Amino acid sequence: MAVYSKKETRKAPSNVKGLTFWLRENLFSSPFNVALTLLGVMLLVWVIPPFVKWAYLDANFAGSTREDCTGGGACWVFIRMKIDMFMYGFYPSEFRWRVNTVYGLFLVLVAAFRYLKSPVLKIVLAHVYFIAGFILVHGGLAGLEVVPTDKWGGLMLTIMVAAVGIVSAFPLGVILALGRASHLPIIRSLSVTYIEFIRGVPLITILFMSSVILPLFFPEGMNFDKLLRALIGIAMFEAAYIAENIRGGLQSIPKGQYEAADAIGLSYWQKMFLVILPQALKVAIPNLVGVSIALFQDTTLVLIIGLFDLLAMVRLSAADSYWLGYETEGYVFVTFIFWFFCYMMSNFSQKLEKRFNTNLRK
Amino acid sequence: MLALLRNQKIRGIIFQLLTVIGLVAFLWYIGANTVANIEQRGIQTGFGFLEGTAGFGIDQSPIPYTEENTHGRVFIVGLLNTMIIAAVGIVFSTIVGLLIGILRLSNNWLIAKLAKAYIDFFRNIPLLLQILFWYNVVLRAMPNPKQSYNFFDTIFINNRGLYFPQPEYNTTFFAILISFAVAFACVFVLNRWANRRKEATGKDFFVLPWGIALFLLFPALAYWIGGAQLHFSFPELRGFNFKGGKVLSPEFLALAFALTIYTATFIAEAVRSGIEAVSHGQKEAAASMGFSPYQSLKLVILPQAIRIAIPPIINQYLNLTKNSSLATAVGYPEIVTVFAGTSLNQVGQAIEIIAMTMLVYLIISLLVSALLNWFNHKMKIKER
Repeated sequence: MAVYSKKETRKAPSNVKGLTFWLRENLFSSPFNVALTLLGVMLLVWVIPPFVKWAYLDANFAGSTREDCTGGGACWVFIRMKIDMFMYGFYPSEFRWRVNTVYGLFLVLVAAFRYLKSPVLKIVLAHVYFIAGFILVHGGLAGLEVVPTDKWGGLMLTIMVAAVGIVSAFPLGVILALGRASHLPIIRSLSVTYIEFIRGVPLITILFMSSVILPLFFPEGMNFDKLLRALIGIAMFEAAYIAENIRGGLQSIPKGQYEAADAIGLSYWQKMFLVILPQALKVAIPNLVGVSIALFQDTTLVLIIGLFDLLAMVRLSAADSYWLGYETEGYVFVTFIFWFFCYMMSNFSQKLEKRFNTNLRK
Repeated sequence: MLALLRNQKIRGIIFQLLTVIGLVAFLWYIGANTVANIEQRGIQTGFGFLEGTAGFGIDQSPIPYTEENTHGRVFIVGLLNTMIIAAVGIVFSTIVGLLIGILRLSNNWLIAKLAKAYIDFFRNIPLLLQILFWYNVVLRAMPNPKQSYNFFDTIFINNRGLYFPQPEYNTTFFAILISFAVAFACVFVLNRWANRRKEATGKDFFVLPWGIALFLLFPALAYWIGGAQLHFSFPELRGFNFKGGKVLSPEFLALAFALTIYTATFIAEAVRSGIEAVSHGQKEAAASMGFSPYQSLKLVILPQAIRIAIPPIINQYLNLTKNSSLATAVGYPEIVTVFAGTSLNQVGQAIEIIAMTMLVYLIISLLVSALLNWFNHKMKIKER
């Protein structure tokens, strides 16, 4: 027979408030916590002051040559002198206004999306934006001089690969998700095979495939641009991940919705596009933003197949014999840019989650 | 006829037939083009190239490898290196991830915020950038061997890598290795026995001191039984480089650091969301039963949190394995670097080589999802 002894009653929680109370509760509640707090403070002291000293106090901002970097800290002159390369790659400087126009038009697009009500108009407008953007950047129409894709690079290429990748993978992802949820056995198994295959292999092998094997698949003379091949690979890759997230959304829709749509006599496509998908996508949006963040990070992989995205431009500039030894500044700069974009996107997704209230736990 | 077309079953069959016909036609078109292109470019086909001499060196190989070896052996070396980096990454990212995940939930405000800052910072930076940063900015900027960072004259870090002593693989060494396994098994059995006894009689048995004693005693015994012949080969500076000991290359270190730090953020988030997913009522129930915070964590919260946290963590292991392919950016000789990279450039048989590489990753991920299914089945809540 087990013998249990009575335990001492615990102290009731204190109802004192104020700064000292907060400090005692949150930082110094036990000897172990005091030690942890001290450790944390030590870590901060060890990391932050040296970094501020290097990046700001001892750093050089002004000037235009290597000799202007006299302080012991960072040489931001390097970034300033190379910023055009980081932003536009080898895009000819006299045509850069075209890229800037596309950025500007994006703001117009976002503003228009806020005021437009009709989804059809929105979709049409988005398509017009992408086509106009391509014509502006690439040229060849309306008297614009052609800028071949091997001149594209830097942040512009990174953003473009990410945007085009997501946008073109999205319809394919929706179709694959519907296929996986379908009752038709052949359609379902084809979708499952595709999704599981793509999700089972690393992006880099798919990029190798699209850059080395894809040209073999099509007749001689049908030349794919290197950038286009990378985009095809990325879109194929991303579609599988988008499909999985949309499937999650589809599964969260109660069966009654399907039955109701059937009961009022909607066809399969009407049922899906008017009833099921609008609800499923809403549930899936936070996760889809997550996919977008992952894709944005994954765009850096295109440097392995020889495209010059932001990271590749920084590597190239750091290898410039005149600016040798300043690669740390370059890497810190790219880190900041990527971190900024990804952090903004993940904050955005948390906001969306709150707005749609798809988190059913609360 | 029209009525037949309106029948849902018939329409389904027609739709599927059309899809299959379209797919077959597309594949046939691609196949025909590929055959024509391969013939025209004079590319060899088949897997004969695996027998051919590779003719290039690999600087890190767990098995003996020379330039005269075949491409088949290159494949094996690459595969083994992939497994090594994956194993190292999984072990360390689990340790760091668990630690950060627990700190994230600490009631110490500063520590919780620091853990959150770690997660928010590192998961929002591309892995490739992190690998390149460690490699180019940190490890290759280390001093040359003569000015190495020296830790107690046994461990050295310089721009050629991390040097540390290596034991000689003799009987003593293996006896100690085995003794650790035996001690581990003993502690496992002891723990089960202690739990059973506690359930039956309510008597506590503290396994920890006994476990520590076993882990000290068994290797010491094994040392004497195995002949007391434990020798280390120490790294020593000879001329311009170190001789002796074991070296971890900068490529390996950069990859291991980056994979660990990056994956740990996701594991930490999985741990956190697992623990937070346990409903508050459970914690309150445990507290009102008079459980101490440690007891409520061990007996109430963790058993439920693990069920939720393990599947995403295993998925992260799979992601880590796939991400190890980024090694190709720094040249660590795993399968994508040496086989889908160097061998592919030499042989030119892209289809076979990339298919084999993809197959490796596919098999790994199929095995992992089989493991996950088994786990989910085993962990399923047994409802009445």
